[in-house]
Amino acid sequence: MGYPQKSHPKETVVLSEHFGDPSARTYDGWMKLGGYRALEQALGMEPQAVIDLVKASGLRGRGGAGFPAGVKWDFMPKQKSRPHFLCCNADESEPGTFKDREIMRWTPHALIEGCAIAAHAIRAEKVYIYIRGEFTEPIAVLEQALAEAYAHGVLGRNAMGSGVAIDVHVHRGAGAYICGEETALMNSIEGRRGNPRIRPPFPAARGVFGSPTTINNVETLTSVRHIVLRGADWYKGLSLSNPKSTGTKLMSVCGHVAKPGNYEITMGFPMKSLIYDLCGGMRPGRTLKAVIPGGSSVPMLNREESEACILDYEGCVAAGTMLGSGGMIVFDDSADLVYQMMRIAKFYAHESCAQCTQCREGTAWTVRILQKILAGEGEMSDIDLLLDVGEQMTGKTICVLSDSCAAPVGSAIKKFPEEFEAYIKGARRRAVALV
Amino acid sequence: MHETTAYEPVFTGPTLTRLEEVLARYPDRQAGLLPALWMVQEARGWISDDAMAEVARVLGLTPAYVKGVVTFYTMYHQHPVGKYFIQVCTTTPCNICGGEEVVRAFLEHTRCGELGATSADGLYTVIEVECLGACGFATPVMVNDDFIESVTPERVPEVLEKYR
Repeated sequence: MGYPQKSHPKETVVLSEHFGDPSARTYDGWMKLGGYRALEQALGMEPQAVIDLVKASGLRGRGGAGFPAGVKWDFMPKQKSRPHFLCCNADESEPGTFKDREIMRWTPHALIEGCAIAAHAIRAEKVYIYIRGEFTEPIAVLEQALAEAYAHGVLGRNAMGSGVAIDVHVHRGAGAYICGEETALMNSIEGRRGNPRIRPPFPAARGVFGSPTTINNVETLTSVRHIVLRGADWYKGLSLSNPKSTGTKLMSVCGHVAKPGNYEITMGFPMKSLIYDLCGGMRPGRTLKAVIPGGSSVPMLNREESEACILDYEGCVAAGTMLGSGGMIVFDDSADLVYQMMRIAKFYAHESCAQCTQCREGTAWTVRILQKILAGEGEMSDIDLLLDVGEQMTGKTICVLSDSCAAPVGSAIKKFPEEFEAYIKGARRRAVALV
Repeated sequence: MHETTAYEPVFTGPTLTRLEEVLARYPDRQAGLLPALWMVQEARGWISDDAMAEVARVLGLTPAYVKGVVTFYTMYHQHPVGKYFIQVCTTTPCNICGGEEVVRAFLEHTRCGELGATSADGLYTVIEVECLGACGFATPVMVNDDFIESVTPERVPEVLEKYR
């Protein structure tokens, strides 16, 4: 992982190679490490050739949805009738996920390079890096790196002397998880409330400022430069047995492990080895209870499921969950899952944009029902009520924030019913008010 | 009758120049709204109704529209806050690692008493914040623009030393 710990021998270090090395942040330091060679190479290629290369690599979106990046780029119009835009999604706000922050803090030029390569591929002359407002340090590091990139002619009207115009700007968010949803993100760039938009039209047809737009995650764009440099076959080769999930993935592991942090694994790596070898296992004297593997929005796995789970897109689906953003929240036997589900629901209730009734009401009522159970006033019928509310919140709204609240809560009820029943039967009680 | 002091505009001189530079990055002026609001908050510490009206005038929007946007985003302060605005993460990953104890320690040591209240000396406001995106470094805390990782209740007095 490179920072703050040394990489583990079982990691496959590609994106995280320079984490913890301050010299990689500067233009001069980055050039010594072979910086902007991939961009130079890509600018010498036809845009379609870059798209085909990324398609062939099998790279899939690292923000959560796992959509093939090259296919997404190919949706952009080939004949340009309006300006094209690229938005880099750096709004990293999914509980459990903290990988993009490290990419931006330590290797800002790697992201800028990836942005510029993608901009060339989709024929966009402008890139907005939409970064969450709380990331003050990554913002400062990126702004500095951008200033250097402009000063050295990497960006601007004539990027690296290629005749191609590429501008990259940072757009700072202001505290809204929902702005990580791609259509809300575009609204936020346009100076609007961050409400998701109904699709169609899809961004490639009508995105930011009414123009064709592609939105890619920080980790996705940073991976692109390695594909350009080392080829699609090399990238495809980074996979343990499943050709549909290729490359490396930064897994953010947090919660009750001995060594939380970011670990870079090859797709197909066993979750068991990630937890027990790379993260040093659980805290002393504790045992694994559950894992939410893809950021807080996905179904929870119990111990047996976690220890058997293969970390790639298909492996997580087979285990009944999703790889998502790769933000793993690990719970040991001390965790009170009823209370923690209330906290997760509270997060979604706080972050709901409130456009859709199912989400606005569903998230808030999930919190209230869980608080009632925690206060020792729950009834057995409340469990069914929670599941019913969750079902009404799934697949019925403009975006998936509502589904993201229902998934962890519903799975916790199904996998750990005894924890909920203990509260309802009076065996446990917990004060809900914080102070 | 109370005498009200005249509102002093934010966007004059170098600040206006800086805004115009930012606006050049976008195809229309409305896209400069979030950056403009950040500039107001940087200058004044919060965003008053008068400031919203000024931003509206500069960008060619209505004050109601600007207010609609300000109220959507949690980081824009619609009221003055303490000199040091302290945000402690208590979302699940930090929660299971003791985030709530860190909040209690801040409330106690700042004498804020309750969440969202400003201490009598005007120095501190403490709030719980949803996921700061540094879950592997529980508990992350923001004091104004400073991002501090791995804060424990024991470290709180030491953290506060810097902010007096």
